[in-house]
Amino acid sequence: MSQRLIFEVGKPGRKGYSLPKCDVPVRVIDEIVPEEYLRNSDPELPQVSEVDAIRHFTALSRLNYGVDSGFYPLGSCTMKYNPKINEDVSRLEGFSGVHPALPDCAVQGCLELLYKMDLMLAEITGMARVSLQPAAGAHGELSGLMIMRAYHEHNKEEQRKKIIIPDTAHGTNPASAAMVGYEVIEVKTDSRGNVNPAELRQLMSEEVAGLMLTNPSTLGLFEENIIEVAEIVHNSGGLLYYDGANLNAIMGITRPGDMGFDIVHLNLHKTFSTPHGGGGPGSGPVGVKKELVPFLPTPVIQYRDGHYMRDYEQPLSIGQVKSFYGNFAVVVKAYAYIMTMGAAGLRNVSETAVLNANYLMNKLKEYFHLPYERTCMHEFVLSGQTQKEKGVSTLDMAKRMMDYGFHPPTVYFPLIVKEAMMFEPTETENREVLDEVAEILLHIAREVEESPELVKGAPYRTPIGRLDEVKAVREPVLKWTPPRKNNE
Amino acid sequence: MSEYMSGTDSERKTMLAKMDYQAMDQLFHDVPTKVRLNRDLELPMPLSEMELARHMKALANRNVTTGEYSCFLGAGAYDHYIPSAVDHVISRSEFYTAYTPYQPEVSQGTLQAIFEYQTMVCELTGMDVANASVYDGATAIAEAANMACRIIRKREIIISRTVNPQYRKTLHTYARFNGQRVVETDYQGGATDIAALESKINSETAAIVIQNPNFFGAIENVKEIAALAAKNNILLITSVDPISLGVLKPPGEMGADIVVGEGQSMGNSLSFGGPYLGFFAAKGKYLRQMPGRIVGQTVDGKGNTGFVLTMQTREQHIRREKATSNICSNQALNALAATVYLTLMGKQGLREVASLCLQKSHYAYKRLTDNEAFTSCFPQPFFKEFTVKSRYPLNELNHKLLADEIIGGYDLGRDYPELENCWLLAVTEKRSREEIDRLVKKAVEKI
Repeated sequence: MSQRLIFEVGKPGRKGYSLPKCDVPVRVIDEIVPEEYLRNSDPELPQVSEVDAIRHFTALSRLNYGVDSGFYPLGSCTMKYNPKINEDVSRLEGFSGVHPALPDCAVQGCLELLYKMDLMLAEITGMARVSLQPAAGAHGELSGLMIMRAYHEHNKEEQRKKIIIPDTAHGTNPASAAMVGYEVIEVKTDSRGNVNPAELRQLMSEEVAGLMLTNPSTLGLFEENIIEVAEIVHNSGGLLYYDGANLNAIMGITRPGDMGFDIVHLNLHKTFSTPHGGGGPGSGPVGVKKELVPFLPTPVIQYRDGHYMRDYEQPLSIGQVKSFYGNFAVVVKAYAYIMTMGAAGLRNVSETAVLNANYLMNKLKEYFHLPYERTCMHEFVLSGQTQKEKGVSTLDMAKRMMDYGFHPPTVYFPLIVKEAMMFEPTETENREVLDEVAEILLHIAREVEESPELVKGAPYRTPIGRLDEVKAVREPVLKWTPPRKNNE
Repeated sequence: MSEYMSGTDSERKTMLAKMDYQAMDQLFHDVPTKVRLNRDLELPMPLSEMELARHMKALANRNVTTGEYSCFLGAGAYDHYIPSAVDHVISRSEFYTAYTPYQPEVSQGTLQAIFEYQTMVCELTGMDVANASVYDGATAIAEAANMACRIIRKREIIISRTVNPQYRKTLHTYARFNGQRVVETDYQGGATDIAALESKINSETAAIVIQNPNFFGAIENVKEIAALAAKNNILLITSVDPISLGVLKPPGEMGADIVVGEGQSMGNSLSFGGPYLGFFAAKGKYLRQMPGRIVGQTVDGKGNTGFVLTMQTREQHIRREKATSNICSNQALNALAATVYLTLMGKQGLREVASLCLQKSHYAYKRLTDNEAFTSCFPQPFFKEFTVKSRYPLNELNHKLLADEIIGGYDLGRDYPELENCWLLAVTEKRSREEIDRLVKKAVEKI
């Protein structure tokens, strides 16, 4: 069932807006702007009434699946419930209607919120200060690595141009490293799912800027050798970078700063419950230990003499990484979340997230291969290799889950697990949901045994079937073409 | 007990017992004792929903807003009208609580909306292909510069000083770390000095970056700069105000190779600087060098039309360190707001908004410069923003206007030492004649 494109709805002359009449003396346009600068023909935008528009986008929304629709166990994405009050407060006129270039005295409320959020995130992560400017996790990584490089350059160690990244890392880690001019060295994961300290020791040298680590890793396992790993990196002059994608497992239990990390990025849209928006906006604050504070992006928000202010006087700063001060409205929602949860609440979040993951893992491991038999943290990785031997892939099973009304887990990641399925149930799900999901997955495992063709043809109950991605690449159609242009 | 968890303490105990655990702590046995926190985090006491609402309102009340004050401040963020329906659409939780549309069968809503957005961006800019958006207007330029360096295989970018200072700062930050050289080129009479620009092009130049209308509000001679770029086999990157494209010629028709811009003006609230969206479009031949997500149309097994994320071999989750960018999101909800905005305004509405901006800004300019306190700075034609020189120190003037509930213009002296007391004012369709007259009266009164 396809929905017509908005361009195919409507008729010439239909309007979905109302604007006041021009109340100033109207001048002829080409007297104000020379004709050569003016547009000759209007863009082919829709011509629809407001009701046409609302029906169109409502129909589109119904083809989507969100956290409010049901279970959404995407591993490393932390698809927890997005509290409604946080949406409301971020839309208060006193936040949404504030111009970012107003002077400090006119925006004390915004600056106070940013300053307090900076300090609360610093406390949660064990860092000295946190910049809220990066717009997303990958942007936080990029900023954090720029800080790392600026620090080494400041210490006259320009030769540190390599960075060590485990084979389980998110794809953004190596991509961000490449964007700051680092050469990536991969370190292998051992049979228990840890970074191998012996191999790490061999890789370290005076050319290595640092190590990027996700802890718990993307296998959902806590790095058992973290103390030794931190020592190895620090002893040869490197810095430790913490990818905060999986912070939801450890709040109030341990902190990246206490484990030895020097730079941390967070994903407010994961750990701190702000909605993912269908792929953004996110927010990727970057926090650092004391000796790295001078390198943070500008402006830094300070509190002096009873006033909050934007401080641009940071000579060692990497500079600005985007316009203004970050995705402020997203920060407002995350701030509201922390203010609601408090210390005990955040600890409870992590404990429950870990409990839920272990509960589901224990139910599923009888039917699916579990490559690392350990207590997991907030997520776990199964392998569909047993089912693959019967000709049914992880992708097939993921598609089949949709027929039963659930969103699939993250699939084929991390890359080191064959036919990987990465489940992160989050703390906001209850036991009945987990039991039901386990039932459905066991049912699918049985279907693989009894009627593999059925699973391979899934999904059947979604608005559309499996799409031809090869065709999409080979014959790219990346926009709608107006009929008049087709005739040209 | 904390909010937003549906299980209870006793349920948690039962679940632990089912796995043969006695205490929650046992789940964390892999965390070495030495790195345990062993104390409570030092955070404020938790608030109930009512207390939170009160607390947030108190913070919000300490900010000046465009709802209560007349706003003449722009400089990269604009107080445009947002139809009510926009927020209703983006408040549908099927949109805002969804993840990236990696599973297209349950994400057709997001995917089709992005496809419609890409089409609208191409229509506005006159370009062949557009991505699903990047973080904002500033990072869009940094990503475009990166793309140009890859295409031309050179490392130097020339950027006009008439480009938004924050965009330039962001470009400098990115360039410092990825080995590019950024050269700034000066202006003459409020627009890029084309002769000076030409003299800076050399064998290492990959691209020229301009903004139109530029940071001073002035309209640049894009066509001539594009011809210069083409003559030298380098690329022209143009950052553009999308609202201006309701009346101004699209950069694609004037020879731009990559067109980017800040999309906030299209249905997104000011929100103290974000989240906004950076739109990003290019000539078709550069598709495979584009950063960011792209949605394409295809079919399912039964021949039904559907949409998928495509050209993913450019992206970090496949290519890792060889990707065209590290970006792994788009500003999907902001792009949706822009799509709904452009749908509602449509062909006619966008032209009308642009015309209102043009007429009102020119009325304000005339009224201000009719007084001897304000003189014209630059001779160039402008769109919705313009620069005047004030006889009065701007810091003082702006603070006095705030007391009259008027948000005055941007002090260009902050970024351009040579433009002391030059005042950049933005007049959108939201400002009434009465508000403009009041601004002029109050601004003149001070002197």
